[in-house]
Amino acid sequence: MSTEVKLTCITCPVGCALTVRLDDAGETTVTGNKCPRGAVYGTKEVTNPTRVVTSTVRVAGGTDQVVSVKTATDIPKGKITDCMRALEQVEVQLPVHIGDIIVENIADTGVDIVATRSLR
Amino acid sequence: MSRRREDIVIIGGGPAGLAAALAAREAGIRKVLILERDKELGGILNQCIHNGFGLHTFKEELTGPEYAEKYIQMVLEQQIPYMTNAMVTGIEVLENNDKCVTAMNKEDRLVEITAKAVILAMGCRERPRGALNIPGTRPAGIYSAGTAQYYVNMEGRMPGKEVVILGSGDIGLIMARRMVLEGAKVHCVAELRPYSGGLKRNIVQCLEDFDIPLYLSTTVSEIHGKERVEAVTLTRVDEHGVPISGSEWRVPCDTLLLSCGLIPENELTIGLGAQMDAKTGGPVVSEHLECSVPGVFACGNVLHVHELVDHVSAEAEKAGRFASEYVLASESKTCKSEVADASERREEGWE
Ligand SMILES: Cc1cc2nc3c(=O)[nH]c(=O)nc-3n(C[C@H](O)[C@H](O)[C@H](O)COP(=O)(O)OP(=O)(O)OC[C@H]3O[C@@H](n4cnc5c(N)ncnc54)[C@H](O)[C@@H]3O)c2cc1C
Ligand code: SF4
Repeated sequence: MSTEVKLTCITCPVGCALTVRLDDAGETTVTGNKCPRGAVYGTKEVTNPTRVVTSTVRVAGGTDQVVSVKTATDIPKGKITDCMRALEQVEVQLPVHIGDIIVENIADTGVDIVATRSLR
Repeated sequence: MSRRREDIVIIGGGPAGLAAALAAREAGIRKVLILERDKELGGILNQCIHNGFGLHTFKEELTGPEYAEKYIQMVLEQQIPYMTNAMVTGIEVLENNDKCVTAMNKEDRLVEITAKAVILAMGCRERPRGALNIPGTRPAGIYSAGTAQYYVNMEGRMPGKEVVILGSGDIGLIMARRMVLEGAKVHCVAELRPYSGGLKRNIVQCLEDFDIPLYLSTTVSEIHGKERVEAVTLTRVDEHGVPISGSEWRVPCDTLLLSCGLIPENELTIGLGAQMDAKTGGPVVSEHLECSVPGVFACGNVLHVHELVDHVSAEAEKAGRFASEYVLASESKTCKSEVADASERREEGWE
């Protein structure tokens, strides 16, 4: 017995319609992808769905400035809310440089939060 | 009032303006100046903090600010001059075919710049809500999706807690996810047409991931609340877009976001007398991206709304090169020896 899941690849704006077949041995085959990234996405989405989270953190000192940030790599979907709640508590000191690690190991995902812009 | 002379003036410091400036410098134009009305370069990308930019240009997935910063960095490295807080208010064609660009800076000081060529890179803006035709009063709590994006992503403040979004363009979809992540409740996205205007990937990762319903063939028929939005009435529409009576339902909310599409920002272009294209909302251009006014080029969202910023950058590079050619050709009219030089360059940088 194998199961089939139909998905839209979200990796790029093309949005290929993927079919992911999951067989008894836990092996996946992806079809419908126009490029290899779609196969990676399709497999992950049925085994361990993940997302890159982008958000902002406040600049310390009570200004109305914020710095945009992201998870350095994708994190499990189930961890997105924990990640966001943890970010609410964070304040950064200026200057910030693009790529700076703002929070290490956010919400125990093993993934760091990095700045996506520089601000002085 | 101060005056300057340039070879090429670029209006707008978004991805289009930045890429055009780099290409002009690469084509050998020394005197290039970027004018940007905002306090920083980068254009609308600064507020687009989500990822999905740059897969074509940089072969990696970047957020908007990351994409912008790569170009800003290159502009700084090339030491291309720019003025921020400089709002261009008019462009005029002089007798000798040079252009005179008038800009106003923060201190209300006028700057008048004479240039051989001008590149229009003013981007686009959102359709104003007045065009929406929703009856009822106009209480607080109604924002365009882009304005809400600016508040949340640039100023760190939330426009509201209970949200309904009208229009399923990409900015609206992206803001639905953003508001939910920041703790708001997004009740639904309503779309007048029978299909969404946004990318499928955004329907999946912004709505389906967060169980936000998308109602197609649906519109807001009434906005309730005096001071602040208290609720909206949603109505199904038939295939002609006409509300189906009896299908109304009321959704309590404090915020209505409107995501109804973008239009090129072309007041300056029209003021210049350039011929406009009714279909795209941008100027009519030749295959050299030159408007009907010789020496005025256009690229990016001011020309037509682009789906991908990567395409904006590629187009702007071309505009930068064509404008450079124009400048070099006009110079060579006065100095014959430069002709060979210019045509050499022409062959080099061609696609
Ligand atoms: C609210 C909003 C959200 C968007 N979100 C996305 C998205 O998520 N993904 C995506 O791919 N695309 C998005 N877009 C489209 C995006 O605009 C383009 O991808 C790209 O940024 C266009 O580049 P541009 O340089 O042509 O325009 P812009 O980035 O808009 O840059 C134009 C610049 O010109 C300046 N300017 C305008 N008029 C003047 C003047 N008179 N004098 C001086 N300066 C002036 C502006 O301040 C601005 O900095 C969005 C657009 C808007 C309006
Ligand atoms: S499979 Fe490749 S081309 Fe298709 S949407 Fe995914 S990343 Fe894009």
